[in-house]
Amino acid sequence: MLKYVAKRLGLALLTVFVVTTAIFFMTNILPGDPATRILGNLAEPENVAKLRKDLGLDRPLLAQYWTWLSNTLQGDLGNSIQHRVPVVDYILPAIGLSLRLAAIAFLLTVPLSIIGGITAGVMRGKPVDRVITVGGLSAAVVPEFVWAVLLVLIVGVRLKWLPTSAYPGPDEGLLTYVYHLILPSIALVLVLFGYISRIARAGVIEAFDSDYVRTATLKGLPRRKVVNKHVLRNALLPSIAVIASQVPYLIGGLVAVERVFNYPGFGTILIKAVQYRDYPVLQSSVLIVAVVIVLAQLIADILFAVLNPRIRQGIER
Amino acid sequence: MSTPTLELRDLRVTYTVRGIDRDVLRGISFAIKPGESYGLVGESGCGKSTAAYASMRYLPRNGQIVSGQVLFEGRDMTSVSDAEIREMRRSAIGMVYQNPIAALNPTIRIGEQVAESFTMLGHGSKEALELAEEALKRVQIADPKRVMRRYPHQLSGGMAQRVVIAMALASNPRLLILDEPTTGLDATVEAEVLDLVRGLIKDSGTSILFISHNLGVIRSMCDRVGVLYAGALVEEGETETILQNPNHPYTVGLMRCIPRGGLHKRLAHLDTIPGTPPPLGSELPGCVFVDRCAIAQDVCRTTPPPLVDLRNGHFSRCHFNEQAVNLPRTVGSAPLQQKTDSSHSKELLTIAHLSKTFSQDDQEVRVLTDVTMSLARGETLGLVGESGSGKTTLAKTLLGIFEPDEGSIVTLEGRQLGKGIADRTAHEVGSVQIVFQNPDSALNRRHSVTRIVARAVEKLAGKPKRESEDRAQELLNSMSVDPVLHSARPAQLSGGLKQRVAIARSFAGSPKLVVCDEPTSALDVSVQANILNLLADLQANENVSYVFISHDLGVVRYLSDRIAVMYLGRIMELGAAEEVFNGPHHPYTEALVSSVPAIDGSPRARIRLGGEVPSPASPPTGCVLNPRCPRMAASGLAHKCTSEEPELREVSPGHFMRCHIPVEQLRTMQG
Repeated sequence: MLKYVAKRLGLALLTVFVVTTAIFFMTNILPGDPATRILGNLAEPENVAKLRKDLGLDRPLLAQYWTWLSNTLQGDLGNSIQHRVPVVDYILPAIGLSLRLAAIAFLLTVPLSIIGGITAGVMRGKPVDRVITVGGLSAAVVPEFVWAVLLVLIVGVRLKWLPTSAYPGPDEGLLTYVYHLILPSIALVLVLFGYISRIARAGVIEAFDSDYVRTATLKGLPRRKVVNKHVLRNALLPSIAVIASQVPYLIGGLVAVERVFNYPGFGTILIKAVQYRDYPVLQSSVLIVAVVIVLAQLIADILFAVLNPRIRQGIER
Repeated sequence: MSTPTLELRDLRVTYTVRGIDRDVLRGISFAIKPGESYGLVGESGCGKSTAAYASMRYLPRNGQIVSGQVLFEGRDMTSVSDAEIREMRRSAIGMVYQNPIAALNPTIRIGEQVAESFTMLGHGSKEALELAEEALKRVQIADPKRVMRRYPHQLSGGMAQRVVIAMALASNPRLLILDEPTTGLDATVEAEVLDLVRGLIKDSGTSILFISHNLGVIRSMCDRVGVLYAGALVEEGETETILQNPNHPYTVGLMRCIPRGGLHKRLAHLDTIPGTPPPLGSELPGCVFVDRCAIAQDVCRTTPPPLVDLRNGHFSRCHFNEQAVNLPRTVGSAPLQQKTDSSHSKELLTIAHLSKTFSQDDQEVRVLTDVTMSLARGETLGLVGESGSGKTTLAKTLLGIFEPDEGSIVTLEGRQLGKGIADRTAHEVGSVQIVFQNPDSALNRRHSVTRIVARAVEKLAGKPKRESEDRAQELLNSMSVDPVLHSARPAQLSGGLKQRVAIARSFAGSPKLVVCDEPTSALDVSVQANILNLLADLQANENVSYVFISHDLGVVRYLSDRIAVMYLGRIMELGAAEEVFNGPHHPYTEALVSSVPAIDGSPRARIRLGGEVPSPASPPTGCVLNPRCPRMAASGLAHKCTSEEPELREVSPGHFMRCHIPVEQLRTMQG
């Protein structure tokens, strides 16, 4: 098992490396130039050249890459071009804020969609199933920023049930934070629910059609016990992988939702970094996103192996 | 007369497919007395399993009991409450399934699953675990504690079936339903499982409903038997009577399809049943069998035949049952004429010192060891042995899918064959071809039948595209695939037709050698007979050689000229088919042959192999068979057998054995 985890970890590191390298070169072929961006289009060419030199942008690309890579490996993410502060100081607080939103959205999404999916699967073909399946799918096809706008307009502005701004300002209590984050979380839940519940439902149905559930039923077990003991564990295995695969969508959703709710989180920073060609911020952000996604996948793989004896023993052998 | 344990009265079951209710069981009735075992036989799709599951009121979501009754000890299962049904399943009826590994929950340990059957009966969890261990001992699992800690995928099929049987018998049920319990298991394992069931329910008064397509198995297990066709019971009676003197054209036809009793391709074709069973839910106003019946008359189309009581509880549902015995043959019985005499023709294939080693987790596993044999033109070599004996590996090595170890020699027509498929010329690849067990996965689903064969013609015979289509049509015609079907996709064809297409494909490059890997084991016997006839005809016309792999010894015997018996990657016995079957046998062959339940004649004495096939990663020292050998102890050679591996010696001209026991001694022992 340890060997398996080590192997997966190695692969994860490689993935992060490839992604960040790719993003380094991709940002550099983006049209536009940070120095021009900072000084404005009417700036004197020599001033632009001087700034470029100060920022190290005049050096060959490979040399820049090398500097960036060695600094990053030493934990130095560089300075924001736009704000002239260390990237770490700039993005860490924002990440903290985004994590709160993501955590609340995730804590709502996972149990809701799993329970919804299981209910739909157990009640296959009944009205409850139809409502969950069709409702979930309809909600998922509407993009999160549309949901966010609709929620702000209806629940926030018209009904005034919940605040329309996600950020109550610093120095507020935890409950206030959570209260403000309910609405943006719902926008994310609406998008993720359909997919995860669908997989959970499919897992339940597949388990119900399996030979071993037939065995359990014909042993004379009551339906409730058949579901709890024989269906659920087997049915939820595929859901774990799917939940992990939704993490990138969650992050993508964060960017859009934060924008609508005016939330100074990670997504907002990312958008600004693109607008201002703030390469160090952009590159560090991508690095962090890559780490989060790869980590989620790693956790899912390990969880999957722990719950599935076939895989677990395949690994141990 | 006592109340039957299970009685079906005019039971009609339909499945709703695309909004239409289709008849699956067309009003069947039978009764099983306490302590009696009753078999249901018939080809796939005739409703056997539906009858079994309907007996427990367990039908698929689209299935429903339309009319009739299922009486369990006089109580109608179709009208009792769900709670009562559960109670009956829990305490009175046990069930054993086909595919036992899938029947066990993959994420729960065996011990817990067996214990569950006891906690349901009201035992505490600790007590239930002890009872589970007892139950596993009863089904002759040698090390129950170890097995209880395992998961289903870690068990062999035979072991998993023992576990399922232990669960089914946990409540000492009054009725045990077995649905194809040994299909997919090796003959030796099958025999052990059947022995076990027989032993466990003996004197217990438990009744049995036994579903099987295998008449030999039915014969060894059942007192009475019912023959199902298209959802109707067409004949019923004592097992002996039905198998010896069938009185319905379907049963008569079915018996003739089965290669048995020394039938051989050189003596005659197998008879077959023409046509195919009616599709699910067809309107059948008259006799259900009328479309395939050679003695049908007008009345059979319009009036359903009554169930005629012949004598002693032998019933046949046929207007002309007295003529059934004289059912005309569908296929002529003239002996097969081989164009060239195979006995004197020269050698086609030589294999010498062929070994194949796989490395698995830093460990060398030798799955083929020093295989040496040859094959003449137009000859069939049957390859038999339990699963894990290396049959398929040998086949794949001949095809170049696996590359043999250094020092192995494989020559075709005197020339060394390329090791891997990439080392072979198109001509060589076309010369050695294969027919797989499952044509479903071997044929490209997206291509038309013609296209599948034409591509093979292009690749293997090097024909240009236009010509290859014509040649493909020609090949398909010679396989009796109706031209109407040439543009069909595989999914639109029946299993037998798909296999014909697969055979046409393998003949695209005018092969010298065709490896047939269980080509008929997924097919019904009437279809199997057709395919075997086709293979025999092709061989007679094209002088092609076959390596024929099958676990069905009757089939192997019918088609083979010579037979090689394999065990743990070694050839244990090699000789003419008659000699290998008639003996004196190698002790392993003897056990294999005796494990096949006979359809006719008296049952043979069973020669048992103890234990399971050892892993090729750690073969036993000395003779690889010695831990399981049925003859070693009495031979007085135990010391030699456990220390020294025997050579493959020629015991009589052309007959080889890998055994220390002298052949004369074996002859005496086998009496």
